Amino acid sequence: MQQLISLLVENQPGALMRVAGVLTSRGYNIESLTVAKTLDPTLSSMTIVANVNEEGRDLLIKQITRLVNVIKAVDLTVSHAVRRELALIKVYASQDKRAGLLREAEIFRARVVDAAPNSYTLEVTGSPDKLDALISLLHNYGQVEMVRSGAMAMAREKQNKLPIPKFGEAVEEPVAEMVES
Amino acid sequence: MALMTGAQILVESLAREGAEVVFGYPGGVTLPVYDVFYDHPLRHVLVRHEENAAFAAQGFARATGKVGVCMATSGPGATNLTTGLVDALMDSIPIVAITGQVPQSLIGRDAFQEADTFGITRSATKHNYLVKDIDKLAQAVHEAFYIAGSGRPGPVLVDVTKDVLLSKTHYEAAGKMRPLRGYGLQLTPESAAVEAAVDFLWGAERPYIYAGGGVIASGAHEELVRLSEILGAPVAHTVMGLGAMPTGHPNFISMLGMHGGYAANMGVTECDALIGVGVRFDDRVTGRLDAFAPNARVLHVDVDEAEISKNRRADVGVVGDAKIVLRAINERLEATRAERGGENLTARRAWMDRIRVMKAENPFVYTPSQDEIKPQFLMEKLDEIAQGEAIVTVDVGQHQMWAAQYMRFNRPRLWQSSSGLGSMGFGLPASMGAVVACPQKTVISIVGDGGFMMALPELGTIASNGLPIKIVVMNNGTLGMVRQWQQLFFNKRYSQVEISSFPNAELLGAAFGIPARTVDKPADLDGALKEAFFEAGPYLLNVKVAPEECVYPMVPAGGAVNEMILAPQPPAPVGG
Repeated sequence: MQQLISLLVENQPGALMRVAGVLTSRGYNIESLTVAKTLDPTLSSMTIVANVNEEGRDLLIKQITRLVNVIKAVDLTVSHAVRRELALIKVYASQDKRAGLLREAEIFRARVVDAAPNSYTLEVTGSPDKLDALISLLHNYGQVEMVRSGAMAMAREKQNKLPIPKFGEAVEEPVAEMVES
Repeated sequence: MALMTGAQILVESLAREGAEVVFGYPGGVTLPVYDVFYDHPLRHVLVRHEENAAFAAQGFARATGKVGVCMATSGPGATNLTTGLVDALMDSIPIVAITGQVPQSLIGRDAFQEADTFGITRSATKHNYLVKDIDKLAQAVHEAFYIAGSGRPGPVLVDVTKDVLLSKTHYEAAGKMRPLRGYGLQLTPESAAVEAAVDFLWGAERPYIYAGGGVIASGAHEELVRLSEILGAPVAHTVMGLGAMPTGHPNFISMLGMHGGYAANMGVTECDALIGVGVRFDDRVTGRLDAFAPNARVLHVDVDEAEISKNRRADVGVVGDAKIVLRAINERLEATRAERGGENLTARRAWMDRIRVMKAENPFVYTPSQDEIKPQFLMEKLDEIAQGEAIVTVDVGQHQMWAAQYMRFNRPRLWQSSSGLGSMGFGLPASMGAVVACPQKTVISIVGDGGFMMALPELGTIASNGLPIKIVVMNNGTLGMVRQWQQLFFNKRYSQVEISSFPNAELLGAAFGIPARTVDKPADLDGALKEAFFEAGPYLLNVKVAPEECVYPMVPAGGAVNEMILAPQPPAPVGG
């Protein structure tokens, strides 16, 4: 089963190796992994999707949390989370198919980021499912090349109703859960 | 602020952390450090192989509870350390390893003696550092000591490039440590968990305490004894736990698990409340996991949250330092004793009696011999000398299990065994660390003939430093434990287990300047031991024992712990 793990780690050499090492030493394959620094540049956030069996999931989170560089590890597999992925897709389409291709792109809210006489390059974000759907559709227009970022995820905040601010009053933004300092 | 080289800062930082001794071996990139050692008061013991530097550092740490230090050069020096690091990781022993690395300008260029030490030791350590900036060197050393010694202890490695060792900076002793944001220690338990534990304990009719290395690491031995006495609960130890409760305590059963005592293994099978303290439900203890303590609810105390419910689901998990947790639990037990202590008192007393009867009726047994020295007889004789007060380091195999079964320990930190990793060659170098740490104590290194040969070069270290270690080789001419498995499970097809041409011990000892003797008759053993322990310095005693003996009881791998293969019953004493 695929496990979605969200991590906050120290932005230091070796942090990625340690986290990846916990997974690989158990023979779990990493399906996707994204890392980038957070608002606090001394920290990085990571999102990992890996094939982990059901009974190994809790232990994996605990063993990753135990790493000295890891500040927080959260299993988002079954929690409410926003999950997004970015893909760049190059489609080699003949002239007669280009208009149809653009219509499909429009439906999926994909943008053209590069155009050449024999190809369009599209940028699209969305859930991994949406990307899969678009990619399979685009195969009808010609040869497809693609790079995907892998999933990024963020836990959803509780949907408590905020008081409606009076005119001119500052709105208190909910603080994202992962950004602690 | 003085201008100092990285090498000077490194040694100064070690000294500031209270390091008493470094076990090490120099090499190309650590030359600047060894130049500092030339006239620095910090003691350095030159070993004969880097792996043994790590084992010796462990020996120091196991004997004292302080962080042990070892040092090696880049490349082969660092890779040789690795077994000792993994060993320390498995047994949660605090050591700091310092390795040299090739200069930054050469990293990644396959330089002479370059190895990816940082990468290789990632999974061999609790944490590791690659220091490429002299201004981060002292910090890394201080963090390394803190991480190694706190929480669940373990090995930490600091890899320092040669250019850092040679460059200079204005050194100011570190005042405040950088906060380690990802290193959360939960030492004090949550009070709700303590209350749940207390409720669990008073509700038990047949409580059974299973205590391991965590009790020793946190110094919780007195609290453990107290817990057992308040409840009237029997205590069994893992190999790592031996000595936490004095062997002679009436509530102590024995070691449990694969070669544990009959009463210990039957007790854990019958108990209704299993109290694991500083243990990890290792397969050598549990045997077949679903048959381990099948009727028991489980209370698990450990400082490492990842251990709770790792192998066996805990009904009550208490995360915290064993000493603090047990003290809190004991206080709450005392406070609620008047109210709840009577609940299952009759059942608990009957249970304790049953365990004591089982233990008395099923001691560790063997068939004595007039002609050959039985290995168990050797352990009994060594125990008579040690009287539960000597430091005993063992290797891995049959002798290790017999020593664990037959030797007594009146206090913690006397028994040293490579328990989790099971590294042969551990015993002799570990004893070097122990004797350096505790020069006033008797240190006995009991090793098999196989493991002794692995650690053979350290006779040089022992001789040149005059380390007064009593080396007792239990020599059965084979790799005994492997042979035992081949005998029992591979149809006696003995494959590659005979190690003939063991050196003539007297000549070997003479070659190193260590007095030595070989005995093979039971009648000669007393005299030989007397001579060995009368000598002030090191002594090598080669004891040829009965080669066919097996360690019993034995739980076959993957079997349930109550399904033990028992020792053949010895003949009844004549005229007795």
